[in-house]
Order: sequence, then C-alpha cells, then structure tokens
Amino acid sequence: MGEPIIRLVNVVKCYHENQVVKKLNLDIQQGEFLTLLGPSGCGKTTTLRMIAGFESVTEGQIYLEGNNVADLKPNQRDVNTVFQNYALFPHMTVEDNIAFGLVEKRVKKSEIKQRVAEMIKMVQLEGMEKRMPAQMSGGQKQRVAIARALINNPRVLLLDEPLGALDLKLRKQMQSELKHLQKRLGITFVFVTHDQEEALTMSDRIAVMNGGVLEQIGTPREIYNRPETKFVADFIGESNVLDAYVTEVSEGGIHVKMEFGDAVLKAGGFVEEEMVYLCVRPENLKMTKEAVPNFNIYGTVKEHIFIGSVCKTVVELASGLEVKMTSPQTDELYAVGTRVNIYWREDQGVILHTKEEQLYNLIENTVQIEGGMHEA
Amino acid sequence: MKHKWNNRLPMFVMIGPAFLWMAIFVLAPLCYVVGISFLSKDSSGGVMFPLTLASYFSLWNESFLTIFSRSLLLSLQTTIICLAVGYPFAYVIANAPKKHRGLLLLLIMLPFWINSVIRIYGWNTLLRQEGVINSVLMSIGIISSPLEMLYTDGAVLLGMVYELLPFTILPLYASIEKLDRSLLEAASDLGATKPHIFTRVIFPLTMPGIFAGSIQTFIPSLGLFYISEMMGGGSTMYIGNLIKNQFLSARNWPLGAALSLLLILITLVLMKLYTKVGSLEDMA
Repeated sequence: MGEPIIRLVNVVKCYHENQVVKKLNLDIQQGEFLTLLGPSGCGKTTTLRMIAGFESVTEGQIYLEGNNVADLKPNQRDVNTVFQNYALFPHMTVEDNIAFGLVEKRVKKSEIKQRVAEMIKMVQLEGMEKRMPAQMSGGQKQRVAIARALINNPRVLLLDEPLGALDLKLRKQMQSELKHLQKRLGITFVFVTHDQEEALTMSDRIAVMNGGVLEQIGTPREIYNRPETKFVADFIGESNVLDAYVTEVSEGGIHVKMEFGDAVLKAGGFVEEEMVYLCVRPENLKMTKEAVPNFNIYGTVKEHIFIGSVCKTVVELASGLEVKMTSPQTDELYAVGTRVNIYWREDQGVILHTKEEQLYNLIENTVQIEGGMHEA
Repeated sequence: MKHKWNNRLPMFVMIGPAFLWMAIFVLAPLCYVVGISFLSKDSSGGVMFPLTLASYFSLWNESFLTIFSRSLLLSLQTTIICLAVGYPFAYVIANAPKKHRGLLLLLIMLPFWINSVIRIYGWNTLLRQEGVINSVLMSIGIISSPLEMLYTDGAVLLGMVYELLPFTILPLYASIEKLDRSLLEAASDLGATKPHIFTRVIFPLTMPGIFAGSIQTFIPSLGLFYISEMMGGGSTMYIGNLIKNQFLSARNWPLGAALSLLLILITLVLMKLYTKVGSLEDMA
C-alpha cells in the first residue's frame, strides 16, 4: 500500500469535558471504500465531520495527501460530503444544486452545463433537471446529493449514514449502486453507518469504533472471522462469547476451563491463569452425542427455531448459559432434551485476551464514577 | 335537528364570545365607517343625507396624492432601514446559544411593556434643542450651537424605525432560526465562502421572513399618526394625520372615512400579496 490519502494521527475530540474521540489513529488508502462502523455515540460521525472540517480537532493532526488540514475550513479541503438528510438546497432545482460547487469554483457556464448533464446521466436522473428537491423521493434526493458532491472531483467522498432514511429495498439497491460507482470512479469513499450488514456488503475495509476508540480495522472477512475484541465479536453478527480460564499451556495447545466444561485449543500467546474469551459464531458451533477429542463441553438441547434457510438451536450448558448455533435446515436434529457435546473447528473460533479489556473497563468505570461524583 | 345543535354547542360556546366581541367592536364600526363615507358633511361638522360618492371623488386631488405618496415613501424608508438594522439583529439572536435566545427575544419585546406614546416622548427629551444629546455634545465642545434634530423628517423616520423594529425582527428571527444548519455546512463543503453562503443560501431561504417582516413593518407604519406629530411637530402631513384631522379638526367625517377605507384597501392588497408569497413558500 502506498501513501495513505487520509491519515489521522492521535486525533482527539472533546465537547466540554467529554472526550468523544480518543487518540484515534487511522490510515485510509487511496481508492478504498472504508466504513466507520459502530453504535450511535461511538464517535464515527464526529470523526467524519472532523475530516470534512465541520468539527474542529481538539488534539492531533489530519493529513490529506500528506498535508495537515486540521486547521483548514471545509471550503478549503478537497473532500466532499453526502449528508444524512441530503441537505439539498430547497430553493434550487436539481440542476442548480448539482452545479453549486462548480459555480463557486467559477467554472465556465458552458462547461458547468456539460458536466451537470454528465452527472445527471450518471445518477440516472435524466428528465428531472428542473425539479425542486421537495418534489422528489428520498432515493432521488440521495442521487442528487451524490451527484452534487461528486461533480467537484473530490479526492475523498465522505458519506454520513446516507442510506439511513431509505426503506429496506431501496437501501439494498443504493448499496450496490454506490459500491459500483465507487469502483468505477476509483474515488476513496469514507462511509459512516451503524448497520453492520451494510458495512460488510459494501466495504473494502471496516473500522469498528466504540466509545471513541478504534476497536479493529480490517477487511469484512477479517472483522467477521477474526474479531480482535469482545466488542467486535458481539457487535458484528451473532457470536457466542464464553468466559474461560487458562489452566495449562503445553505443546498441544492451551487448556481452558469453563464453568461447564473444558477444552484444549491450539493457540499461542496466552499464559497460564489468564482469563480469556472464546468467541464462536453460531454457524461454526457444532454438536454431537459422541465424544470429541479436546472438547469436553456438555449441554442439553433446549429449543429448535426454524427460520427459513437455517435452523437455530439453543443449547443450555451446565451453568445455565445458553449458546446458539445454526445448522442447515436439512440436517437431522437432536431431539429437545438430548445431552450433547459442543465443539468447533479450531480455526473457526477466536480466543481473546481479557486483561486489557478488564483493565480498560475498570478505568472506564472509575472515570464514570468520578464524573458522576462531580455532577452530584 | 336537536342532535345537530348538541354537536355544535361546544363550538358556539367557544368561539361565540370572541365572535360577538369582534362583531360589536370591529365589524360594526367598520360598517359605520363605510356608511359615513357615502354621506355628505353638514355645516355643524356632522353627517347628513343624501348618499353621494363625492368623498371618493375628492380623494383624486393633488394635495392628497402628495400626502399619500409621501406616506408611502416614509413607510418604504422605514421598512428598508428596519430590515437593514433588524436582519443582523435577528441573525445574531437566532445563532445565539439556545439558553440565551429567550432572554434576547424578551429584551426585544421589553419596550412593549411601556406605552409607545411615552417612549416616543422619551425621544423628545433626547432630541430637542435643550435635550440630552445637544447638551452633552455642547458640554464636551463638539458643537457650539444646538443641532436641529427634533421636528425634522429625519426625526420622524427615526421614531418610526424605533417603534416598528421589533415587528421586523420577530419574523426575520423565526425564518433564520428555522434554517437547516446542515445546508450551511453543505454550502461550505461545496467550496462557498462565508459571503457566498449568505448570498446563495441564507438570504434566499430567509426571503419569506424578509417579506413577512416588511409587511409587518410597512402596514402599521402607514397608520402611525402620533409619531409624525410628536417627532415631526405635525408640520409634515402623512395619511395618518390627514385622517385624524378629518375627524377631529376639519370635521369632514365622510372624507375621513373614505381616506380610512382607502388605507384599509391598500393594506388588504398587501396582505393578499403576503399570503400568496406564504403559500408559495409552502410549495417549495
């Protein structure tokens, strides 16, 4: 990978005492579709707005093609934004909305006309040139907003939950259109969403944020299959997260003990007496009545839920904890009440350290308690 | 039949009193004015039959036309100055932190708690020959003889602007406050500088507020007679004074009534224009 087109270095954003983005470091590569994903309030929109220049940066630098732009105004940055509510100018026609940026750049009238026509064709709004935004549907407004931003040939296009207001079907359609558009134009897209499915389908890379911190960055496959934190494992898709304790580290792997059984797993980098999380996707969890080498986790089949393409099985472990697994609906299922052994293919489960997490949570809680005391 | 009455009873109870009030104190006097305008004046200053259109014909008179055009000009000047002063005012309030906005608006409304004749009289104290401004300026040696400020056309204009400024600011505030901030961000994002954001986005989008503010300033300014009397010394005649004089000193009630109706007509035309622009705004 070459020089990143956008580089965030130790970026901090505070509102009054409240840190909403904490020491964020992020490199965005030329031409990629990068998604900032996280629950509401995780700082993803604030990060996007700092790149656009709508929010000042409390600390740190933002580099656009190697130049620090942290102190530049939005109109001095070579990036454009597609807003959540589209933010189309209600007093201007579709044409005038799209031409807005070019008029600011004092481009010749004949050229503006030509480029606007090209854009309108690209977003398939032919025949709507003279319409006002109020006369258009959400999807059409969305197209105008995209055309209005792209006509300026920005180095990077920033999209702030642009599909949030659309109904599901239109949303799916716009997802694939946007993705194709991005591939065709080769422009870097930075896309903000809280919808993990949207992020997985559209992105080249996903940056998962939580509480103002970057949890993990990687391709959709990496994020889904190899989550690096408990939060990512929980937030992206469904996951069974089991608390476990490392009893022994040997040549054959690590021995872990849980409330409801034990297992021997191949993994490096763990030490004895360490608390760990075992994260397994429901589709990777398997059950059998026979004994499985290295796995000694037993439970009782509690419920089968048929949900179309797959069947969801809930198994209650000895401790009362329930794990979920999905299997093709054609598979034969054990009857409810059957005692089964739970296992998974070792490369399909993830083992996570908990130490930093716990420490981190501890600090978080302390800060919250202190904050609470201040308020009281 | 009985059912219908029962259903409508609450409606009558609720709007009945207001309707009665309006009928007695607005509609009836208005009819009275319309009636008088078609009568002729008698020698003792009252009115008498026969019915005639004479008052209306006498409106077409050069001195009346001069007064009308002078009044319209004064109102126009007042409106323009109020807009020029009021817009930045409204803009600052609308962009102030939310918790301060209420207080700032209250300060705009505060003068209404004092009778406007008294407030205008206050200007009198400031502006007259031996008034506060002249004495201060003379005592610090900026001027040697008192400035002629009161009883000038400028003083009348000042009084009008002073009196009507809140009426301009409030609708302006309402429309600026409504402005979607993300539109300003979008304009900035697309490369617009601050002056351009104003001319290309803020100004056109607050046009309805500008129009409402203009109408709400222009219409009352046509009828304000006491300001031109107190600040202009009654030396220059405006529609308001003219009407008042017809009733109180010239004792030509039919003419006064006809003049009033003309004023009402002008107002109605402006109001119509106002609602038309209002409905255009809804469409956009």
